[in-house]
Amino acid sequence: MTAAEPVLATEALQKSFGQLQVARDVTLSLPRGARHALIGPNGAGKTTLINLITGQLTPDSGRIVLGGEDVTRTPVAARVRRGLARTFQINTLFPDLTPLESVTLAILEREGAAGRFWSNIATHSGAIDEAFDILTRLRLADVATRPTRTLPYGQQRLLEIALALATRPKVLLLDEPAAGVPKDESAVLFNVIAQLPDDISVLFIEHDMDIVFSFASRIIVLVAGGVLLEAEPSVVRNDARVREVYLGQGTHG
Amino acid sequence: MTNAALTPDPHAWLKARGRWSPFEIAFWAATLLPFFFFPSYLPLASQIAIAALFAISVDLVLGYAGIVTLGHAMFFGIGAYAAGIISSRYGWTEPLTGLLFAGLVAGAVGFIASFLIVRVQHLALLMITLGLGLLTYELANAMSWLTGGTDGLMGIDIAPIFGVFNFDLWGRTAYAYSLAGLFVGFLLSRRIVHSSFGLALRGVRENVRRMPAIGSEHRVHLQKIYTISAALAGIAGALLTQTTETASLQTLNFERSADVVVMLILGGTGRLYGGILGAAIFMIARDQLAGINPQYWYFWIGFLLMLVVLTMPKGILGGLARLAGRRDE
Repeated sequence: MTAAEPVLATEALQKSFGQLQVARDVTLSLPRGARHALIGPNGAGKTTLINLITGQLTPDSGRIVLGGEDVTRTPVAARVRRGLARTFQINTLFPDLTPLESVTLAILEREGAAGRFWSNIATHSGAIDEAFDILTRLRLADVATRPTRTLPYGQQRLLEIALALATRPKVLLLDEPAAGVPKDESAVLFNVIAQLPDDISVLFIEHDMDIVFSFASRIIVLVAGGVLLEAEPSVVRNDARVREVYLGQGTHG
Repeated sequence: MTNAALTPDPHAWLKARGRWSPFEIAFWAATLLPFFFFPSYLPLASQIAIAALFAISVDLVLGYAGIVTLGHAMFFGIGAYAAGIISSRYGWTEPLTGLLFAGLVAGAVGFIASFLIVRVQHLALLMITLGLGLLTYELANAMSWLTGGTDGLMGIDIAPIFGVFNFDLWGRTAYAYSLAGLFVGFLLSRRIVHSSFGLALRGVRENVRRMPAIGSEHRVHLQKIYTISAALAGIAGALLTQTTETASLQTLNFERSADVVVMLILGGTGRLYGGILGAAIFMIARDQLAGINPQYWYFWIGFLLMLVVLTMPKGILGGLARLAGRRDE
């Protein structure tokens, strides 16, 4: 793989649920270190696209290429181990585990050590250190040993990201990381995202345009399952079609 | 952001979770009391120890990995018959290797069944486990040339343990043997629960959808614990065969599968001692109530079950832990 080659690419992805076409001819590429935003009106198929890329859904046709390899038919977990991690729009955490346990588990799964039933969890000190380090970076160290279900919602959103980071992703797909978080708290969240290592490529879905324009180096506009436009923020901001979609003055089919 | 005074030490915290508490040591010391104070109840104590080991085996899949099952008696029964058949048909009377053999047979069947089990969830899973249990019962019934059918397996003979300790009429050896079996099974389960594998199982229970998203082949975890659980249940069944020198279709019936779940719900799932406590309450209640009114004793079990579920959703042990204000294992 050369430096110019994208870390993640989709080629002409198609997906329909009955008559409803939820992905039409979606071709994208994410270079190393990308900070791309995926925007579009409700029902545009943003989460569906993430589900297709990660393998929760299988495309009717088209290809997904991760690090130069075709992963279109690769199961979800195997894609994660190849460096493709995601977070969920609706918290998908382990309510009764503590953040420390959750993140340690993700690291042990990455290392292939989660199946060992003979040695105490405390003997995996490298994984525990790494977990605590991730939690500290995400400002969750103080609550690391409290059950996840008792954490405030904003911290649970951070834990979503912590779990994804524990898989050591090359590509990180963030599905509305700040969904439901009050505006003043979402700044904290996006500061964390801004500080992610440069070699991780990030694709994030976000509705707040201020956040999109301040964090994204490139914006993909999805409408009715198809890419309407992919361009720099300044171009997207001034595009007449995008304005139309967002002001609801017309429909694109 | 991080405050040194508030920030926990992750290593110490995880280590503490696996540490033996004084309560545990006191509990195991107390299991020796029947030898000295309730000698006439030793056979009952032996039955409790066996039921407790069976309950622990079910807790590993139900309480820790979140696999609901209504057919685990199949493994208990397979172990019971394996231990009986190896003695009555093949004349192998040495008890410890008999136990091991029963565990291996039940574990092998569990491993095969696990391929089916991990593919279904919720109600379908209940029905599959129930179906497998019924199937095994009727197979054992039909294969009377091997199992003795409804008459049970005759002619089981068990040699003294280590060639020294004979199974006596008062049940001293039987209780010591069952208790040792329970303790070893408990130690094994305790290790599993506090290992990285144990954590992965709790991950599956807490959110099976997230497991693939952290790169986990969670079905492999589930197959593994299901196999281990089946082997342990088989050993519990073998203990029953060896201590009573009989094996009957009762070891396989649906009632046993349901009873063990009731024991776990009473005691508390997902905390190894819950199964032990539940087994003790259930067996003692059955013993006492059957003395009063043998026909209606399930009435009181039903009553107790509802009372516990309504007032202590996490079982008696969960309720006690909440009262004590600490999250116990």
